[in-house]
Amino acid sequence: MGAASGHDAKSGPGLLAYLPALGAAALFLALIPAVTPVASGEVLRWGVDWVPSLGVRFSAVLDGLSLTFGLLITGIGALVMLFAAKYLAGHIHAHRFGLYLFSFMLAMLGLVVSDNLLSLFVFWELTSITSYLLIGFGHADAKSRRSALQALLVTGMGGLALLAGFILIYTVVGSFDLEVVLASGALLKESPLYIPILVLVLAGAFTKSAQFPLHFWLPNAMAAPTPVSAYLHSATMVKAGVFLLARLHPALAGTDAWLWTLTLFGGVTAVFASVMALKQTDLKQALAYTTLMALGTLVLFLADGSSSYAITGFMAFLVTHSLYKAALFLVVGTVDHGTGSRDARVLGGLAKAMPVTAIAAALAGLSMAGLPPFVGFISKEVLYKGAAELPLETIVTAFALAANALMFAVAGIVAFKPFWGKPRGETPVSPHEGPWQMLLGPVILATLGLAFGLLPWIKQSILVSPGVDAVLGRPGEAEALRLWAGVNLALILSLITFALGFALYIAHTRLREALILWGDAAPSFDAGWDRFLDGLKALAAWQTRLLQSGRLVNYMAATFATLLVTLVLALALRGPALGIDFDTLGQLMVKEWAIAALILAGVLVVTVTDSRITAIAGLGVVGAGVALLFITYGAPDVAITQLLVEVLVVVLVALALLRLPHLKPEPEPRRKLDAVLALAIGGVVTLITLMVVSTPVDRRLSTWFEVTAWPEAYGRNIVNVILVDFRALDTFGEIAVVAIAALAALSLLRARRTGAQKEEAGQ
Amino acid sequence: MKSVIVEAGARMLVALLLVFSIYMLLRGHNEPGGGFIGGLTGALGFVINAIACGTATARRALRFDPSNIAFAGLGIALLPGLFAALFGDPLFTGQWLFIGATEDSKGLPLSTVLVFDIGVYLVVMGSVLTLVFALEEEV
Repeated sequence: MGAASGHDAKSGPGLLAYLPALGAAALFLALIPAVTPVASGEVLRWGVDWVPSLGVRFSAVLDGLSLTFGLLITGIGALVMLFAAKYLAGHIHAHRFGLYLFSFMLAMLGLVVSDNLLSLFVFWELTSITSYLLIGFGHADAKSRRSALQALLVTGMGGLALLAGFILIYTVVGSFDLEVVLASGALLKESPLYIPILVLVLAGAFTKSAQFPLHFWLPNAMAAPTPVSAYLHSATMVKAGVFLLARLHPALAGTDAWLWTLTLFGGVTAVFASVMALKQTDLKQALAYTTLMALGTLVLFLADGSSSYAITGFMAFLVTHSLYKAALFLVVGTVDHGTGSRDARVLGGLAKAMPVTAIAAALAGLSMAGLPPFVGFISKEVLYKGAAELPLETIVTAFALAANALMFAVAGIVAFKPFWGKPRGETPVSPHEGPWQMLLGPVILATLGLAFGLLPWIKQSILVSPGVDAVLGRPGEAEALRLWAGVNLALILSLITFALGFALYIAHTRLREALILWGDAAPSFDAGWDRFLDGLKALAAWQTRLLQSGRLVNYMAATFATLLVTLVLALALRGPALGIDFDTLGQLMVKEWAIAALILAGVLVVTVTDSRITAIAGLGVVGAGVALLFITYGAPDVAITQLLVEVLVVVLVALALLRLPHLKPEPEPRRKLDAVLALAIGGVVTLITLMVVSTPVDRRLSTWFEVTAWPEAYGRNIVNVILVDFRALDTFGEIAVVAIAALAALSLLRARRTGAQKEEAGQ
Repeated sequence: MKSVIVEAGARMLVALLLVFSIYMLLRGHNEPGGGFIGGLTGALGFVINAIACGTATARRALRFDPSNIAFAGLGIALLPGLFAALFGDPLFTGQWLFIGATEDSKGLPLSTVLVFDIGVYLVVMGSVLTLVFALEEEV
C-alpha cells in the first residue's frame, strides 16, 4: 500500500540507498557519447563470442532504436531510483529493492542493445524474473504474491513462445545475428514458416506488452511499490514487447498477416483500456490502464510495413509517453506519500499544500492530454497523419481518436482534479509537499515534455529520426516534428479530440458509476485466469490419480510394458533385415554355460520364494553371475564395480528388510500377467542381443581409445582413462547426480522420520 | 545384536579395505581400479564398521559428515577441470607433470587427472555412506 505502511519515512536514506541511482546515471552518461555518431547514421557494434560452436555471440548494437530505448531506460531509471531511495527509506528491505530495480534496469538495457536473438531472449527472460521480484516485493501480502506470479506466468509463457519463434527464424535464416536476420526480410516472408514465426513472436511480444486479452496482469502488477509502476509502465518492461516488434519490423512487417493482427490487437487494446481507465477510482490503476492504451496505440502504429509517418508517430509517441507517464506515476507516488491516499474520489485542492508536485503534474498532464505547446500535441499530430497513411485508415483513425479523447479525460482526472479541483474528503495524512528526491524526477521529466514541445528538433534529431531509420531499416525517411504544421486534417482531428475529451471529463463521475455497474456484470479476465489455473491444477491432480498408484510393482509393470512395445516395434521394423548367426552359440564353452545356468537358477529362486531374504540372495547370485561374465570377457573394471554394487545392495536391502513384512504374493491373475510380461521382455531382449552379436561390431572407437590412451593420456586402463580424461565432463555430471541423489534420499528419510515423530507426539 | 567375533574381525577388515581402496584408486590409471571402484571399496569398509560397531562409531571414525565428503569431492573434481583453463585448454583437459622422468621411465607422474579421480572417490564414498548411515539409523 505504498507510503502508509511498512516503513518509517522520517529516517533519511543512507548513502548506500543512492548507489543504484548513481549507477543508472553513470550508465546514462556513458551512452551520451554515442548520440552524435548514431544521429549521423552510424551503427555501433561490439561483441565477443559466447558459444561459438552454436554461432551465439554476446554482442551489443547501438543504433537509433536501441540508443533511444537505452537513454530512456537509464535516464528515467536514474530518476526513479532516486525517488525510490527516499520513498522506501527506512523500509527494512529498501536495499534489496534497490538491487532488484537496478538488476531489472540492467536486464532491460541488455535486452535493447542485444545484437543476437539468443542473448536478446536471455535478457528478455531476465526482465521477467526481475519484474517478478519487483512486483512481489511486498511478499507478505497474498495479493502481491498472486500478481507477481501471474505476471511471471503470463510473460513466461510468452517467453517460451518467443524462444520457439527465434529458433524457427534461425532455421530459415541460418543465423541468430540480428544484422543477418534483419537483412533477410524477404527470405522470411516467403518462407512457409512465416506464419508460425509470426504467431510465436507476436505471442511473446503481446504477453510482454499486455495486449488484450492477456492484458490483465499489468493492472494487477500495481501491487508493486509506486517506483516500480513508474518504471515498469513508462520506459521499460511493457515496452519490451513493443521494442521487439519495432526491432523485428524490417524482418517481419509488410505482410497482410502482420498488418491485420497488429491493427486488431493494438486497436482493441487501446479502446478497451481507455474505457477501463475511466472506470478506476485509484489514480494508480487509472494510469495503469492508460499505459495499456498507449501500448495498444504503439502496436497499432507498427502495423504498417512502410509508412514513414506511422513509424515517426510511433517513435515520437514512445518517447512522449515514457516522459509523461513516468512523471505522472511519480507524482501519484508523491501524492500517496504526502496524503496517504490515491483515491480520485477523495483527493482535491492539493495544489496549495503541494505546489511543486502540482506544477509537475500539470505539465505532464497537459502533455498527456496532447495540448500545445507540449510534446504530447506534436506526437498526437504525427499519429493522426500516420493514421491517415495506413491502409486501414478509417479504422485506425477511429481507434486513435477514441483513445486520445479518453486519454485527455484521464489526464484531467489524474493530473488536474486532485490538485485544482474541490477537496471532497479528508485524507489519512494532512497533505504536505514531498522531499527533493521525490520531486526531482517528475519535475525534470515534465519539463522535458514542455522543452521537447517547444524545441521539437532536439527530440527529433537525438531520439526520433535515428529510431525511425532503424525501424524502417532504411535511412532518412523520418518525418519532421513540428509544433505548427498549418491547418490540416490532423489539426481538425486534434480539435475534435479536445472537444470529445473535455465532454468525457465533465461527465466522468457519472460515466464511472455506470462503468462500474457494467463492469461488475461483465466477465472478468482476471477471474478467467484463475479458472484457467484451477483447471490446470485439477488436470494435474486427475492425471496423478490416474497414473500414480504409489505401488512400485505397478510402475515397473508399466515401464517394462512400454519397453516391450518399443522393442517389439523396433524388431518388427528392422528385425527381418538382421539375421541370427547360430554358429556363435556353438562356440560357447562349458564355463559360459555354467555361468548361464547359475544366473538362471538365481532368477528361479527369486520368482518362487516368499521370503525376502532368499529373494535378495537369489538376486545376489544373478549379479555375481553377471560379474563372472564380465571377467570372462575381459572387463575387470566393470566386473569389480558390479560385484561391489551387488554387495552394497545386499547390505542396504538387508537393513531395510528388518522392517518389512513377509512377501505377500500378488493375486493369481496378476502373477500370471507379470510372468507373461517378464518372459516376453526376456525373450525379446535375448533375440535382440543375439542379433546384435551376429552383426559385425564397429570397432573404430575402441581401436582409437586403445591406440591413444597411452601416448596421449598416459594410461593403460582404457576404462579409467575414458572416465577421468577423455570423458571427464560426463563423469563429472554423473558424480554430481550421485551426490544429489544421495542428498535427496537423505532428505526423504529425514522427512519420514520427522513425520513419524510428529505422529508419536500427536498420539 | 553385538558379536565379539564380528567386531574383532571387522576391525582388521576395515583397515584392510581402506588401504585397499586407496590402492585401487591410485593404480586405476593403468590397472583395473579407479575412483569409482576405490570409493565403493572404501565405503564398504565403513559399512562393515557400522554394522559391527554401530553407526555412531562409524560416524566418529569417519570424522566428517558423509554428505559433506560427497560435496567436497564434487568440488575437488571440479578443480582440475577449471585448472585446464589456466593453460587455455578446454575444460577438464588433463595436465601432467613427470618428476624425475628419464628416457626409459616416466618417473613420478603427477596429474590433474588423479585429482579428478580423488574427487570421484570422495563423491562415491560420501554418497554411499550418506545413504547407508541414514538407512541404518532409520531402522
